[in-house]
Amino acid sequence: MTHTVSAHPYFGIFFLLILTVVSFYGVLILQRFVSRKMARLDTEKLKMSIYECGPRVNKQPNSISIQFFLIALLFILFDVEIIFMFPWAVSFKLLGWFGFVEMILFILLLAIGFAYAWKKGALEWHSIK
Amino acid sequence: METTMIHEVTWVGVAIKALIAMLIVSAVAGFGTYIERKVLAWMQRRPGPSHVGPFGLLQLAADGIKLFTKEDFIPQYSNRLIFSIAPVITAATAFIALAAVPIFPDFTFPEWIPLLGGVFVPSIAADIDVGLLFILGAMAAGLYGPLLAGMSQQNKWGIIGAARTAVQFLSYEVVTGLSMLAPIMLVGSLSLVDFNNYQTGGIASWMIWQQPLAFVLFLIAGFAETNRTPFDLLEHEAEIISGFVTEYSGLRWGLFFVGEYANMITIAVLASVIFMGGYSDFMLIPGWLMMGLKVTFFFFLMLWVRASWPHVRPDQLMWLSWKVLMPLALLNVVITGIVVMVTA
Repeated sequence: MTHTVSAHPYFGIFFLLILTVVSFYGVLILQRFVSRKMARLDTEKLKMSIYECGPRVNKQPNSISIQFFLIALLFILFDVEIIFMFPWAVSFKLLGWFGFVEMILFILLLAIGFAYAWKKGALEWHSIK
Repeated sequence: METTMIHEVTWVGVAIKALIAMLIVSAVAGFGTYIERKVLAWMQRRPGPSHVGPFGLLQLAADGIKLFTKEDFIPQYSNRLIFSIAPVITAATAFIALAAVPIFPDFTFPEWIPLLGGVFVPSIAADIDVGLLFILGAMAAGLYGPLLAGMSQQNKWGIIGAARTAVQFLSYEVVTGLSMLAPIMLVGSLSLVDFNNYQTGGIASWMIWQQPLAFVLFLIAGFAETNRTPFDLLEHEAEIISGFVTEYSGLRWGLFFVGEYANMITIAVLASVIFMGGYSDFMLIPGWLMMGLKVTFFFFLMLWVRASWPHVRPDQLMWLSWKVLMPLALLNVVITGIVVMVTA
């Protein structure tokens, strides 16, 4: 395979974005028309209600465990690290020992933070009582 | 490196490529559902779909008609706008990621075809410098589909499914990114074309022999990111009904399915191009057929694993990602760096 030359290399992405959004949404709209013609419409109360164990409609505010939030915080830390490492990896051979040692130091700093999070129990499920 | 001729790409070629890629992947994604049922059935010693058409091949069409003619139904209290947009996000991002992936080799339309004669169709719809980074980003944006779908419903299963989706995708994205770093260090580029050209010297030059650990990590993370069986906790029937798709029905549910299968194909293509030699010819087998065989192998591997392995628990999933895979991937990067620096 060879690289191609293009005046606008990102045009393909833009075209696919438009194409997929328009076609998938178009299919959904088409399905709405077809189903209105063919499917049996029914607005029975139990059917329209929230899916729950039991027939009584019980609308409550939804909340999730704080544990999910902790993992998301950890993710921010490590994903930023990886974004830093991508350009470093591409020009790794050009940077030589200097760049390598710099990155090792960076990884060490992060590893300290990671060890702290591990010791604090942020990685264990249900560790927070 | 660029000894052969460099092609100038017109927007017509790009548009045709994008259209063909989308049609082929949609068709393969649809056909993949049939393959999955059939393979799983054979592994459990039952016939699988066999009544509609020869060998049950028309099952796909029957399913399509059924999904299309179902009642268009949005449950009470759910956020109607987000509820109807979320499946489109999942399906669209899965296909947008394919823009930077080589689906099949480049070709030029023969001159005798009217209108299109002589148009060069590239192998990648968007041959950008940051290919891998873009693919990772687009697949990460796919997270918003399940997340918004779960949050737009008012039931508990949906919200738990959405939270699990967020945590699982975020955790395993770290592993995917880190496992790709070591191959990127060796190749020195983010473009999948360069990855392919790096491995043209036969099987011995495949990346998998230089980076076996990165390959295993990438495959595990790929399974988790495409929601395949050892890690399919987002829609784990025994625990949370259907997770984020609990209240979905009809074609909206179908779009989630299409997006999931398109993601599976993306992961299979990525694994083939990064680690298994990509489009290079193998003895008498031409490159495009070789690529098809590799992608089929990875697709089959996903089904095989599904038939053989049980689910993991959510806490095991997190434990595996953060305490095992992530440190291993970091270690792999450091070791690769030392080896490359010493031998260079």
